[in-house]
Amino acid sequence: MPHVDKTPVNTGEMLQNVVAWPIRILFKLLDYPISAIQRLIGIRRMPWLFLLPNLAFFGMFVIVPLFMNFAYSLTGGTELFLRDRPLTGTEQYGFLFDCENYADPVSCREDRFWKGIFNTSVFIFFQVSFMVLFSLITALVLNREIRARGFWRAVFFFPVLLSPVVVALIWKWILLRDGILNAFLISIGLERILFFVSPEWAMFWAVFVSIWAHMGFYTLILLAGLQAIQPDLYEAAEMDGTSKERVFFRITLPLLWPNMLVVIVLALIKGVQVFDEVYVLTGGGPGTATQFIVQYIYNTAFTNQVQNFGLASAASMVLGVVLFVLTLTQLAATRRRDNG
Amino acid sequence: MKTSLKLMAASSLFALAAGSAAAQTELRMMWYNDGIEGEVMQSILDRFEEAHPDISVTLDVVPYQAVLESLPIQLAAGNGPDIARVTDLGGLSEHYLDLRPYIEDPEYWETNFGPFLDWLDPDGDAINGFMTQLTVTGPYVNRTLFEQAGVDLPGEGATWEDWAAAVNEVADALDIPIPMAWDRSGHRVAGPAISQGAAMFDEEGNPALVDEGLQRMAQLLYDWHQDGTMSLELWGSVSGSSYLGANEDFANANVVMYMSGSWQIPQFADTIGDAFDWWAVPAPCGAAACTGMPGGAALAAIADTEHPEEVGILMDYLAQEEVLAEFYGRTLFIPGHLGLAEGGIEFDADDPRAVHALETFAAAVPGISPVAFQLQGYPNNRVMFNALISRLNEAIVGELTLEEAYARMEEDIANQLAESNR
Repeated sequence: MPHVDKTPVNTGEMLQNVVAWPIRILFKLLDYPISAIQRLIGIRRMPWLFLLPNLAFFGMFVIVPLFMNFAYSLTGGTELFLRDRPLTGTEQYGFLFDCENYADPVSCREDRFWKGIFNTSVFIFFQVSFMVLFSLITALVLNREIRARGFWRAVFFFPVLLSPVVVALIWKWILLRDGILNAFLISIGLERILFFVSPEWAMFWAVFVSIWAHMGFYTLILLAGLQAIQPDLYEAAEMDGTSKERVFFRITLPLLWPNMLVVIVLALIKGVQVFDEVYVLTGGGPGTATQFIVQYIYNTAFTNQVQNFGLASAASMVLGVVLFVLTLTQLAATRRRDNG
Repeated sequence: MKTSLKLMAASSLFALAAGSAAAQTELRMMWYNDGIEGEVMQSILDRFEEAHPDISVTLDVVPYQAVLESLPIQLAAGNGPDIARVTDLGGLSEHYLDLRPYIEDPEYWETNFGPFLDWLDPDGDAINGFMTQLTVTGPYVNRTLFEQAGVDLPGEGATWEDWAAAVNEVADALDIPIPMAWDRSGHRVAGPAISQGAAMFDEEGNPALVDEGLQRMAQLLYDWHQDGTMSLELWGSVSGSSYLGANEDFANANVVMYMSGSWQIPQFADTIGDAFDWWAVPAPCGAAACTGMPGGAALAAIADTEHPEEVGILMDYLAQEEVLAEFYGRTLFIPGHLGLAEGGIEFDADDPRAVHALETFAAAVPGISPVAFQLQGYPNNRVMFNALISRLNEAIVGELTLEEAYARMEEDIANQLAESNR
């Protein structure tokens, strides 16, 4: 009778070995050059080696363009290549900031730049305030034991997955003269509203659509913050008979504040950069009512027959400084949150 | 043995095919569409490729905006196509290829495309390409609405004010939302402004946009937007120099009179057909003239091409009289070939409205003001058009007064020309 090995075969383990085998070989092969480099530069400098690919990528696509942009802002003319452009020093900045009264864009030499700044400020004020408010309310509701909670979370997050151009086109079709909203208004006996002809309505819809598109992302951040709050704090408050308002203002809000700060700063940064959605939705109109700073830069550099890259770069640098300050604030806020 | 022979034969064939593919030159042509011209051009290119198996041509169809905004940057960076369909004729002249050394008979080109070659090369005598279409700006009316309202069409010599009164009467009678619509474009405003006496240039030939003639037209446009003759929705709903057409509103019979141009004919023949009587009418008059603006699109060879000889062969093929006759005939474009214009084109149109429109616009060409031709030939004309439309629009929506808008137009033009002359 032949001998039969009755040791059970572990298929998972076998599969793991098959998959792991080439990886082990690869690591073995990599070990030689890595060890040689480590001997050469010392273990302390090794993290830089691993960061190098990312740093090279970041340098090539962020740092180098940043310096190039600054260099362009010090030149004039219409030539594309920096070497062909005449140096103008700070003339482009002087042109941008040549204003009789900064509070009145029409008094500025480059009035559209200041209108862009003014419109962006108005947009940010309303968009960030309402975005944070609605995100907070939504996060609080979605954090409760409601029916089909997963479904509702998906519903609120879904617009974040859409391309900004798609979002803007959907809303444009809704809001046009013969769009769904006007059809509804007429069906209930109201007058048709030409939303994109009124500066107030155009700004309202720019803010609304932006909130609709991005709220899900910020809701998610706040929801994560809410779920990180220890439930025993609420249990203790309940045992003490604390009112719901007091629980919210004394427990929820203070513990959620670091997340709120991140949301506010991220929303601010996104708000300053707003372009695509509003460009497709309102085209910057009526007049210049929803023309924001990024659209000004785009128009100056690309849509005019004389493509003024120098002036557009100078405006970009101004925008860059604002974004840099906001990013530093965000980093500080994140650090504060991480440090508890 | 048989199998190995078959394998050898197959591999030889493959090597031959690969060799011939490697020898084939690929040309890229950037193109935009107003109507069906892309389709027509593709069928002509297919025939060209059959006749020239060593050259393949890829027709890159892009939005018109890309031709205006992306093409100049591609050309400046040396990454442009070999050939492009352009409308900023003189503005891109530094990037065009002089085809003289690469075409068989430069004299044929000079004879048949002569005046338009200057539009492409205002300062020289290069042959850069040919016009795929000549255009003339002018209005269309919905004649069915006039008939239904019992209002007569204003006749020859009617002014813009006469037309405004008539279209308002029609709109009031039939409850049409937009009595009059214009394309949102400085080029469209320029013809009527010249009709009102705008000179556009000073005595030295420098741009001088704002004068009494232009102000008269600007005031009319401003007033029409305030009194509802024109809808704020079209001009007022975007910013800057963005182009917006009212062709869809006109095709949906929401507009009584639509100021656009001859390039809309194929589209209206296709989309409106006989749904209503869309009717081209002669350019309304002002104090000085009754003119539209000439214009058009050209197919231009690009200087950075790596295959100038093949580009020459292709351009020679496309510029042939019989090929262009087919192109203009099928696309319903006004010919930019003098021989064909003189001999007449057999347009592929049964629609009497399309035929009438073609005849109306063709008949308008002799009456076009010399100022309009000068403006069209000026390489920086888009600087003037953009300043005009963007600032006038800001006045119309109430952000500036008309006086402030005029001052801003002149500043914008001066600033941009100063930047381009650095």
